[in-house]
Amino acid sequence: MLEKQSNVKAWLYLLPALALLSVFTFYPLFNAFLLAFLKDYVYGSATGFVFMDNFKNVIADPNFNQAVKNTSIIVFVSVPISVTVALMISVLLNSIKKFQGLLQTIFFLPYVTNAIAIGMAFAFLFNYEYGLLNLMLSWVMIDAIDWLGSWETGMVSLLIYTVWGGLAFKIMVFLSGLQSIDKQYYDAARVDSTPKYRVFTRITVPLLSPMIAYITITSFIGSFKAYRTIVGLFGPTVLPAGTLPDESFITIVGLIYESLSKSDTPGMVSEAAAASILLFITTLAFTIVNMWVSKKRVHF
Amino acid sequence: MEIKLQDLTKIFQAKDKTETVAVKSLDITIPSGKLIGLLGPSGCGKSTTLYMIAGLLKPNNGRIFFGDEDVTDMAPEDRGIGLVFQNYALYPHMSVQQNIMFPLENIKVPKDEALVRAQEMADLVGIGDLMSRKPKQLSGGQQQRVAIARALVKKPRVLLLDEPLSNLDARLRLQTREEIKRIQRETGITTIFVTHDQEEAMSISDQIVLMELGEKRQIGEPQDVYDFPNNLFVARFLGTPPINMYDGVISKKKILLNGKAIGTTKGADGEVFVGIRPEGYIIDKDGPLELTVYMVETIGRDTALIIKVPNNDNKTFRVIVDASERIKPGEIVKMKIKPKKMFVFNKETGELIN
Ligand SMILES: Nc1ncnc2c1ncn2[C@@H]1O[C@H](COP(=O)(O)OP(=O)(O)O)[C@@H](O)[C@H]1O
Ligand SMILES: [Mg+2]
Repeated sequence: MLEKQSNVKAWLYLLPALALLSVFTFYPLFNAFLLAFLKDYVYGSATGFVFMDNFKNVIADPNFNQAVKNTSIIVFVSVPISVTVALMISVLLNSIKKFQGLLQTIFFLPYVTNAIAIGMAFAFLFNYEYGLLNLMLSWVMIDAIDWLGSWETGMVSLLIYTVWGGLAFKIMVFLSGLQSIDKQYYDAARVDSTPKYRVFTRITVPLLSPMIAYITITSFIGSFKAYRTIVGLFGPTVLPAGTLPDESFITIVGLIYESLSKSDTPGMVSEAAAASILLFITTLAFTIVNMWVSKKRVHF
Repeated sequence: MEIKLQDLTKIFQAKDKTETVAVKSLDITIPSGKLIGLLGPSGCGKSTTLYMIAGLLKPNNGRIFFGDEDVTDMAPEDRGIGLVFQNYALYPHMSVQQNIMFPLENIKVPKDEALVRAQEMADLVGIGDLMSRKPKQLSGGQQQRVAIARALVKKPRVLLLDEPLSNLDARLRLQTREEIKRIQRETGITTIFVTHDQEEAMSISDQIVLMELGEKRQIGEPQDVYDFPNNLFVARFLGTPPINMYDGVISKKKILLNGKAIGTTKGADGEVFVGIRPEGYIIDKDGPLELTVYMVETIGRDTALIIKVPNNDNKTFRVIVDASERIKPGEIVKMKIKPKKMFVFNKETGELIN
C-alpha cells in the first residue's frame, strides 16, 4: 500500500521532466526515424515511403568513408589516451599537497571555456608562420611543420586538441573519486610493502573503476558525435572547396550537417536523418558492449 | 622482539596553528612475545602511539627501538609489522584469499607457497572455508579474522591491533578476544592491542599500559595495576563497577570518612580522596561506617547496594555484597573496609598516598 503510494508520487514528480523530454527528445527522435523512411522529402512533403534507399544514399555519399575513418580515429585514439592521461594527472594531483587547489583550477579551466574559443587558441598554437609549436621547434633546430596543412599532421593536431579539451571534466570526476577512497587502504598497503605500481593497479584503479567506466562510456559516446572540435580547429566549413574527399576532416556529424545544408534538394534531409540513425545505432551497440564489459570488470 | 619507546612525542598542528599534543614523552618497554594492552579513554593518544610504532606517523621527538634496532626513521614497509585497523581496511574488490595473499605477493613470495601460507593462516584464524568470499559477504567477526590473517601472513615481527573488537557485538567481542589471545599464544608474536575497554584490556593482556592525555599513567600486569593503582585516574579507570571515590580527611595517620576512622595511612594530615573498591566492604555490626541503603540491585551472583554518604554532593555509590545478605532499601548497614581495597589520593595531584 505504502509502496504503491510512493510510486504514484514518484511518477508525479517525474511528470514535468517527462513532458519536456517528450517534446524535445522523444518527438524529434521519432520524427528522425520517420524522415529516414520517406521518399524524396523536401519542404515538408514526400512522395511516399522507402525502406533502405536513404541509408544506401548515405553509404554511397562520396564523403561517407572519410567521415567513418575520421570519426573512428577520433573515437579509438583520443578516448583511450585522454582517459589514461586524465587518470595519471588525477593521481599525481591527488598525491601532491602544495598548490593542489591552484593546479586543480588550472586543469579545470578548459571545461568552463567555449570549445570554439579553445579551438581558435589551438589553431593559433599550430599556426605555420607564428604558432607557438613551430617557434619551440625552431629553438631545437627543427624545421617548421605546417600542422594544419595536411591531413596527417592535421589529424595529430586534432587529436591533441581533443584529448586536451576532454581532460578537464575527466580529471574532475577522477579526483573526486580518488578523494573518496578511504586513506586506510593506502596505509594498509604501505604497511604491507606494496610497490607503487601495484598500489595503482591493484588498489587505486579497482576502487576507481566505477568512475573509469562511467568516464570511458560517456567519452566514447561524446567522441562518436565529434564535430565542434573540428569546427573549432579548422573553421566552419568541414568540406573546404578544393579539398579531396580523403583530405577532409569530415565526421559523421559533419556529414549530417553537410546533408542538412542541402535541404532544398529532395531527399537530403532524409539522408541526414538516416545518417543520424546509423550513428545512433552504432553508438548504442558500442555502449552496450562497453557496459557489458565493464559489468564484468568493475567493482561496485 | 622487545619494543622500546623512548621519550616518544607527537604533536599535531592544525591549519590555524593550534597544536594538539597527542602523545607526550612516552617511555614504554614492551617485552618480547607478550600481548600488551594499550588502554585509555578515547582521544588519549593510543592510535597515535600505535601508528608511530607502525611508521605511518612520524614522531616529533623520541626514539622507537625494535630489539636493538632503532626504527624511528625507518619506512613502515621495512619495519616488519602487521597492522589491523579499527575498521579492518580489507580491500573490498578482492576475495578473502586475495586479501590474505596480497602482502605475500608484494614481497614476491612464489604463488604456490603464498597459496599454502594464506590457507594456513586462514585456518589458524578459523576462516579457511571462506576464501572465495568478498569482504562484503562476511560478518564483522569474520572480517576481523581476515584482517588478522592478512596482518600475520607475512610473519611480522610485531602485531599491532587498533581497537579490533569495537565493531563487534558484545557476544562476538568476548569470543573474538579469546581467539586473539589464542592466536597470539600460538604464534608467540609481540602484540600491542589498543582498546578503550578496560575489561577487554584486563582480560586479554599480559601487561597493560594506561594512558591519559597522551601520557603513560601506569604499566604492569592487569591484576597488579588493579590492586595497586598509582593515581586517581588509574583507580577510577579500572574496575566494573567503578571504584567509589569519597571526600575524606587524614588526621593523625587515620583515614576519616564523615569523622569515622576507617583505616590508617602514613600520609600527612589534610583533605584527600578516599577510593574504595565496591568489593572492599564487609558487613560488620561493629564496623565504623554507617551507610544508608538507597536501592538494591540483584545481579544473581552478588548484590549491589546503592548507597549515599553524607557530605558527598548527594552522589550515590555502589557496594557489592554477597547475595546471601538480604538487605532492603532504607536499611542502615554497618560496615568495615578491607584495607587492601582502600586507596587514598592527594586531592591536587591525584597521586597515591600510602
Ligand atoms: N591527524 C590528526 N590531526 C590532528 N589531531 C589529531 C590527529 N590524529 C589524532 N589527533 C588528536 O590527537 C589526540 C589523540 O588521538 P588518538 O591517538 O586517535 O586517540 P585514541 O586512539 O586514544 O582515541 C586526539 O586529541 C585527537 O584529536
Ligand atoms: Mg583510536
